[in-house]
Amino acid sequence: MTHTETTHAEVRAHPGAAQHARPVEKPVEEYALRLGDDALVFSHRLTEWLTRAPDIEEEVALANIALDLLGQARFLFSAAGQSTAQDEDVLAFRRSDREYRNALLVELPNGDFAHTIVRLLFFSAYQCALYRALEHSADAGLAAFAGKALNEVRYHREYAAGWTVRLGDGTEESHDRAAAAVEELWPYTAELFAEDELVTALLSEGVAADPGALQAEWSEQVGAVLAQATLGVAPTAAWRPGGGRVGMHTEALSYLLAEMQSVYRAHPDAAW
Amino acid sequence: MNGHVTRSRAEQAEHVVRAVPDPEMPYITLGDLGVVSAVTVDADASSAQVTLLPTFLGCPATEVIRADVESALMAEGWDSVTVELRFDPPWTPDRITARGRAKLAEAGVAPTETGGPRSGGPGSGPVFVELGAPRSGVPCPNCGARETRLLSAFGPAPCQELRRCASCAEPFPAMKAAT
Repeated sequence: MTHTETTHAEVRAHPGAAQHARPVEKPVEEYALRLGDDALVFSHRLTEWLTRAPDIEEEVALANIALDLLGQARFLFSAAGQSTAQDEDVLAFRRSDREYRNALLVELPNGDFAHTIVRLLFFSAYQCALYRALEHSADAGLAAFAGKALNEVRYHREYAAGWTVRLGDGTEESHDRAAAAVEELWPYTAELFAEDELVTALLSEGVAADPGALQAEWSEQVGAVLAQATLGVAPTAAWRPGGGRVGMHTEALSYLLAEMQSVYRAHPDAAW
Repeated sequence: MNGHVTRSRAEQAEHVVRAVPDPEMPYITLGDLGVVSAVTVDADASSAQVTLLPTFLGCPATEVIRADVESALMAEGWDSVTVELRFDPPWTPDRITARGRAKLAEAGVAPTETGGPRSGGPGSGPVFVELGAPRSGVPCPNCGARETRLLSAFGPAPCQELRRCASCAEPFPAMKAAT
């Protein structure tokens, strides 16, 4: 046994040291974890706008949207941790970047306001289609949750759509910034509609939403907003980054988690 | 212990829960806000189970409401209280009672009118992108005029939006509509 291994083992055995989260067990729990990670990570990015938003209404709006997403993540984590008896804090704070299952779109660092608005448009339109489909999920808990959350994300989508039009069809400067955001973020949206073994299996049980149907609805809605915003048709670049659903992330997520988990990891058993 | 006593204890528990004020809108009770779904008591009537319907999933008041309900029942002699949050059926503004609507209006918060989604709210159809158009259906709580404009869909609490009266120009919070 090398010296390094000994030290590592000792640190882990230290009383009070936080136990690492265990993998979730059931497919539906893995599915809930993906959706929960999307919501939590994007919630954190939106929260970074506090004290930096262009005006007070936008500050309140972005904070409210972040809070809605945090509430959704809490429910989804409690569903994801059920059969392994892990609560929301364990799943949020005791997983490393490689164990997070969010899509890359939500972890990218914030840019300007247009970047946040376009990302919110892309993500909220996806969540609207997703939750509308999951209202009819064979998983009763997921269906009830989706019915509740749908009302919230419709407000997010309306807010993002309104601002996309205002920026795109605004000044030359705001148009160029919004157009740059569309070009940067568009390739990342493909991952939201990617189908893998887990989704295929849950789809056959009537639990998951059909990615193809989601993408069709999403393209129609986002396309209509971009057209009204004079942002033209979507870019056709073939590059489609992905990997978030199996834990392959950009380094941006590592920094985000390091900040988000720092207090919890420094004081693992703290309570108040 | 007979059935009649247990029954009245259950009613008593429900009365206590319904009378707890909302922490963010203390002029309205949980009962009038419509977030109390069910209150049951055990056969020995010493423990109570409360089911609440949160207005919004991430509402920070939810934890305070849970604690307030627990302490209100404990203060009335229950030994153990469990509070469960459910989304089914989902809370909608239609659950606010007539008395609750009157209390909201009195406090300057426009209650949503009953009878389903109001026109112009974010619906399931194409994305709504019209900005700032006046909408009827949310009368001004100050002067009563029917034409008011949406200033921001996000207000002082998750369940509220910010509007301005087209007639008296006064801004005011309003309860969000069901969509």
